[in-house]
Amino acid sequence: MTERLTEKSWTPDQPMVSIKDVHKSFGKLEVLKGITFDVMKGEVICVIGPSGSGKSTLIRCVNALNNIDKGSIKVEGQEVNDPKLDKLELRKKVGMVFQQYNLFPHKTALENVMMAPIHVLKKDKAEVEAHARALVKKVRLEGKESNYPGELSGGQQQRVAIARSLAMDPDVMLFDEVTAALDPETVKEVLFTIRDLAEDGMTCMLVTHEMGFARELANHIYFTDRGVIVEHGPPKSFFKEAKDPRTQEFLSQIL
Amino acid sequence: MQAIYDWAQDLYQRTGINLVFIYEEYERVRFIEGLQNTIWLAIICVILSVVIGVVGAWLQGSHFRILRLVVAGYIQFFRNTPPLVQLLFFYFALGKTLENLGVMPMYDAGGWQQPLIGNFGWAVVSLSFFAGSFNVEIFRSGIEAVPTSTREAAEALGYTRLKSYIYIILPLAFRVSLPALNNNLVNLVKTTTLAYVIAVPEMMYTANQIWSDNVNVPEMMTTLFFVYITLVGVLVWLMHRWERSMRVPGFGQTA
Amino acid sequence: MNARAAIPGIAAPANTDLPVLAPAAARLSKNTTRERQEGAWRLELKAWYGFVLFALLLLAIGVAEAQSGGDSDRSLIATLVRWMPVILWINGNGFVLNLLISFFAMAIGTVGGAALGLGQISIYKPVRVICWSVTQFFRNSPWLVLLFAIMLLFPFEVRILGEIYSIPAWMKATIGFSLPVMANLSEVVRGAVQSIDTGQWESSEALAFSRMQQLWMIILPQCFKRMIPPWMNWYAILTMATPLCSIMGVEEAVNLAQQAMAAEDSRPELLAPFYTFLMLVFFIYCYPIARWTIYLERRYTVKN
Repeated sequence: MTERLTEKSWTPDQPMVSIKDVHKSFGKLEVLKGITFDVMKGEVICVIGPSGSGKSTLIRCVNALNNIDKGSIKVEGQEVNDPKLDKLELRKKVGMVFQQYNLFPHKTALENVMMAPIHVLKKDKAEVEAHARALVKKVRLEGKESNYPGELSGGQQQRVAIARSLAMDPDVMLFDEVTAALDPETVKEVLFTIRDLAEDGMTCMLVTHEMGFARELANHIYFTDRGVIVEHGPPKSFFKEAKDPRTQEFLSQIL
Repeated sequence: MQAIYDWAQDLYQRTGINLVFIYEEYERVRFIEGLQNTIWLAIICVILSVVIGVVGAWLQGSHFRILRLVVAGYIQFFRNTPPLVQLLFFYFALGKTLENLGVMPMYDAGGWQQPLIGNFGWAVVSLSFFAGSFNVEIFRSGIEAVPTSTREAAEALGYTRLKSYIYIILPLAFRVSLPALNNNLVNLVKTTTLAYVIAVPEMMYTANQIWSDNVNVPEMMTTLFFVYITLVGVLVWLMHRWERSMRVPGFGQTA
Repeated sequence: MNARAAIPGIAAPANTDLPVLAPAAARLSKNTTRERQEGAWRLELKAWYGFVLFALLLLAIGVAEAQSGGDSDRSLIATLVRWMPVILWINGNGFVLNLLISFFAMAIGTVGGAALGLGQISIYKPVRVICWSVTQFFRNSPWLVLLFAIMLLFPFEVRILGEIYSIPAWMKATIGFSLPVMANLSEVVRGAVQSIDTGQWESSEALAFSRMQQLWMIILPQCFKRMIPPWMNWYAILTMATPLCSIMGVEEAVNLAQQAMAAEDSRPELLAPFYTFLMLVFFIYCYPIARWTIYLERRYTVKN
């Protein structure tokens, strides 16, 4: 019952996602060593950093795909680390898109988008179908509804994956290196889609290597290295005036 | 030891669980003999089947097409027909026919004539050819698994053909073949029970005799299961340890 | 440019494509893991075996005729033809009984195997442990021992609602065969489920599917196709194993063939022809199944 109360007491002027001093270890390896930041409603934040710095793990903790050992993560005031948490309720609010798209290969694109609202949210089929078609149109894949994932290109599959997560009407969208497995031309399609989302006011947390994208769209950029946030700031100052030597080294490799 | 026998006798008196093969010497001797025969059968068949496998693999690389066809025919025949029929065929169709034709050498076993290859012998022959058929393919693949570049490198270093086989090719081939050979071995132990049908006094047959005499079917059944599962279990465990110690990282495993 | 330049093969993917592993080793390794997983090699029957068997049959008959001196009213072909209906289908026994046993044993084994396999991946530890133990137990026991156990320990008649029904030997044999099949199919199911990419589990979990929904709507439909080839392989193996129950007096093909030979005064020259005939019959039945298995597997792999 306590979660409900906290939720009701949450107002949009409070952070949408609040991460405080999060620690996470896999066995002996400590991957997150005290991460703290807030994401306000409507913000787009990008987490960048070298591989192994814990960015993917962090994103997955927000969605409760991984448990955290210490600290707290609150989504709309609801504590994610709470063992009594109804994970289903959390996932209805937080959508996630993966690097490997993970579409269900035995269902068409439209069915992929429709499945969760019908079976999890138990919504009416006709209503869900209409909404799904609208989403497919929004990600610019009109005409591909009856295609199976095996018949779509990587970029198209990723966009279907985005539409699939959007079908649940989430308040926060998490993107875990969604363009890393795509070749440069298809990367653009996906980035346009995410940009549309952001401009519509969706709160987005991205783990990405696409610096151009981060510079253009992010409200705030966080640089992680070896489990801690080394430096952060709005794109303008971050890219030009990076202070920490680790940030500078990383940026010099990427840019 | 006597304490164990007494305990078994006591158990029978108290609960009616008749482990006669523990407390009674006659049955105990029979039981141990059965166990020995099973293990003996398995060991001899393994050794013989390895020999058959090596010879078959060597013949398969021969220049004469007839030889290659004969080996291929042998493999496919023994792999794809039920071992029971093979056993019956060897013992009755081949063994008895040879005896009737007078071709089978007999020896004097204290008053009556015994064929040189009796039922134990035919069981060995049949099971060895059965297991050997799998081994031919295993060894062939093992040898082919060593890349030609490795052979050339050995030659370039001055190894003679024989030496390169002994020091380089066979060790590698063996490591690649080991898992498959182990599978074969475990299967062989389970298949030795078939020798029951031609009255070979292995574990299954002996247990049958004991329960026929003492009407303690459930106890003997349980013991039988226990023995076989322990044998197989121990074998599998030893197998894994051996494989792990012989494993060459990155070689012999699919990507 | 950073001094930590990517060294091909160590810090970055290799530039060459020299195989570490020769194709033969990869094939062997793949086949071995598959054999360990599914419990048996894939049957690879080729059409020309049938012809060879037939040729062997004719040869055996020929040799036997020569041996028996060509006595015309005891001619071998006539004997064989005379006994064929008995061996194959008399009174619903014979080879027909082999097939019947194989159908029912496979049916029971499939249902049981599916249940055990799903139990092995259950979220409840006790269920997992029990299903794993049962699977390992029946998988590692010799088939003959299981057959004996069921035939001897199973009651030979049951009382249902006041009526006494006797359970015929072949039914007990069917149950005896279904046990190892069930255990092996359990491993097939478990292996198929575990071979599904974890991404499927994760993305469906991220979409708030419950575990049952994940299993039935997303994971199992994908497994189904890849379970068919090993399933069919096991059916062929089971069919070829059914002669084992001849030892227990079940009147199936091998048993009846032995009885036929006994009725013909156990003439030794009958042995080769009759056994070759039996092998031919089993081959004719199992060959289409083995071919179809290979065809299905190829078709499935191409689609993927």
